[in-house]
Amino acid sequence: MLTYIIRRLLQGVVVLLAVSLICFVIFRYMGDPVLTLAGRYATQEQIQEVRKSLGLDQPTYVQYVKFLWNAAHGNFGKSYVSRVPALGLILERFPATFELATCAILISLVFGVGFGVLVALRPYAWHSRAIMAGSLGGISMPTFLTGILLIMIFAVYVGILPPFGRGKTVEVGFWRTGLLTVDGIRHLILPAITLSTYQLAVLLRLTRAGMREVMAEEYIKTAWAKGLSPMTVIVKHALRNVLIPVVTMAGLQFGELIAFAIVTETIFQWPGMGNLLLTSIYETDQPVIVTYIMMAAVIIISINILVDIFYAVLNPKIRYD
Amino acid sequence: MAESDHLLDLQHLKTYFYTFEGVARAVDDVSFFLDPGEVLGIVGESGCGKSVTAQSIMRLIPQPPGKIVEGRILFDGRDLVRLSMGEMRGIRGNRIAMIFQEPMTSLNPVYTIGNQISEMFRLHMGLGRREGLNRAVEMLKKVQIPAPEKRVGEYPHQLSGGMRQRAMIAMALACDPEILIADEPTTALDVTVQAQILDLMLKLKEDFDTAIMMITHDLGVIAEIARRVVVMYAGRIVEEAETVPLFEDPKHPYTQGLLRSIPKLGRRGAGERTRLVEIKGIVPGLLDLPEGCRFSPRCPQVMGICRKKDPPLGRIGPGRTVRCWLYFDEPGKD
Ligand SMILES: Nc1ncnc2c1ncn2[C@@H]1O[C@H](COP(=O)(O)OP(=O)(O)OP(=O)(O)O)[C@@H](O)[C@H]1O
Ligand code: SF4
Ligand SMILES: [Mg+2]
Repeated sequence: MLTYIIRRLLQGVVVLLAVSLICFVIFRYMGDPVLTLAGRYATQEQIQEVRKSLGLDQPTYVQYVKFLWNAAHGNFGKSYVSRVPALGLILERFPATFELATCAILISLVFGVGFGVLVALRPYAWHSRAIMAGSLGGISMPTFLTGILLIMIFAVYVGILPPFGRGKTVEVGFWRTGLLTVDGIRHLILPAITLSTYQLAVLLRLTRAGMREVMAEEYIKTAWAKGLSPMTVIVKHALRNVLIPVVTMAGLQFGELIAFAIVTETIFQWPGMGNLLLTSIYETDQPVIVTYIMMAAVIIISINILVDIFYAVLNPKIRYD
Repeated sequence: MAESDHLLDLQHLKTYFYTFEGVARAVDDVSFFLDPGEVLGIVGESGCGKSVTAQSIMRLIPQPPGKIVEGRILFDGRDLVRLSMGEMRGIRGNRIAMIFQEPMTSLNPVYTIGNQISEMFRLHMGLGRREGLNRAVEMLKKVQIPAPEKRVGEYPHQLSGGMRQRAMIAMALACDPEILIADEPTTALDVTVQAQILDLMLKLKEDFDTAIMMITHDLGVIAEIARRVVVMYAGRIVEEAETVPLFEDPKHPYTQGLLRSIPKLGRRGAGERTRLVEIKGIVPGLLDLPEGCRFSPRCPQVMGICRKKDPPLGRIGPGRTVRCWLYFDEPGKD
């Protein structure tokens, strides 16, 4: 198990190096930060000055090694726009995105698994048909459309939920949370639902397929023959087997939700990392963009490793690998 | 209510499957009984309805597409066909237990053997977790699994096929049921393990005083373990007899065909497998059964009447019935 974890960690480092190379290329060759910084009407001398101060006059490989060295120390440079460390900017936005993604994945898991089981057990009932039709919508509807529809219905017409922003937040240590105020939770509902729809539909379909397969297994016949109640057969004996792939999937999705909640955050003006990224792209703020990409890679890779470990724990067959 | 002198008494059971292609009469008017502590063999080719009969008794027929359309299954003065699912759950596992063919897939891969056995004690006897596990160790000892204290904490994939089938038997016998239905419990095992499992079942039958319904297509298994045999063909009983007379003097042409492939009664040499050699012709599909006797397309002794009228299941001696025109002159006689 330990060697397995170490191997996965090493793989993670290799992937991170690859990502860093891409980041460096973006950093170095996309757009000209000097122009952005010095302004359109800067003189040749001013431009040289800026170039030197950014270290852009050195050979490329020196720049890359420097970049790596700094990155390893969490130093991705200062934002060109706000002149504060890029990492700090992103970390400040992290709690908002994390809370949004967590709520979204919980919604997906609870409803995806719940509906999935329901549909698998009674495939021909009218409610199952309705759910399956809905899940098709969930998979095919673009996120921005879901978000706008929800805003139109619940914020504009019915008017019971706020259309944008994070609402009231409180600071708990370094963490700014919206989960402790009613206003914060009310603001969270619509974006969380929006972010969850696609994943919900995916988990639902995965659960349904898994349940149908598992319910036909011999050990389910054994469970019925023991005289167990339907609840025990379904939850203890069937669902537990189905949950292994479902939870794995949800874990992987969670990483992606954190890293790429961009569209949802933009629609709802959610002050998270995705929102920051979009602004930074408009402003060609490379340090922030690069930091964001590196952060996203770190998050996704760590979650993948955690999920793999979790999978190993949940599935007795690979416990001794 | 329903009275019967037997422990289990099937009367004119019909279980059909309603599929898109038509109605499959998987079990079509099957009657037999089981007495306390006896071993009854049910034998027949693949698809003849053995498993469906067993599942009907346990009320485990998937519905839809299946349905018990007629008949009674009397057990302890009650008709199982009419019990509610709640009442049935009190019988399943507790008073009538069942083990299946595939020990590889019949145990849940994500729970320990101990968990799965102790579940029986928790469910039917209301024991706690600890006590249940202690009893599980005891059961593993009874089915002669070595190092039961260790095995109880292991997962199914850590056990061999024979061990798993022993664990299944331990689970089935946990609540000391009156009846154990074994649906081809040894088919998936190799010959030596097969013999061990059969010996174990015979021994446990004495210890627990359990009646066993042994379903198999292997007449060698029947010879080894059963006192009485029911031969099924295409959803029906074609012959019923005590084991020794049946092997010595099979009446039905189908039974004769089955037996022709087997060298000697009760001999199971190391190398030779007493498996059923195919009888000429194919098993008729349940959807398009031949008119008259269902065995007539394959029967070497077929007569004119066989293709026109269905032979009745008639008594030809004490405890001996057969469904064949060779033994009855008048059509319609019972
Ligand atoms: N779920 C089902 N849906 C439709 N038909 C079924 C179903 N289960 C069983 N049948 C029908 O019932 C018939 C008898 O099946 P059964 O499983 O009882 O055979 P068997 O005698 O146990 O054979 P085997 O030796 O292969 O186990 C099959 O041929 C099939 O046509
Ligand atoms: S009734 Fe006729 S066809 Fe059927 S088994 Fe007897 S002899 Fe053969
Ligand atoms: Mg079968």
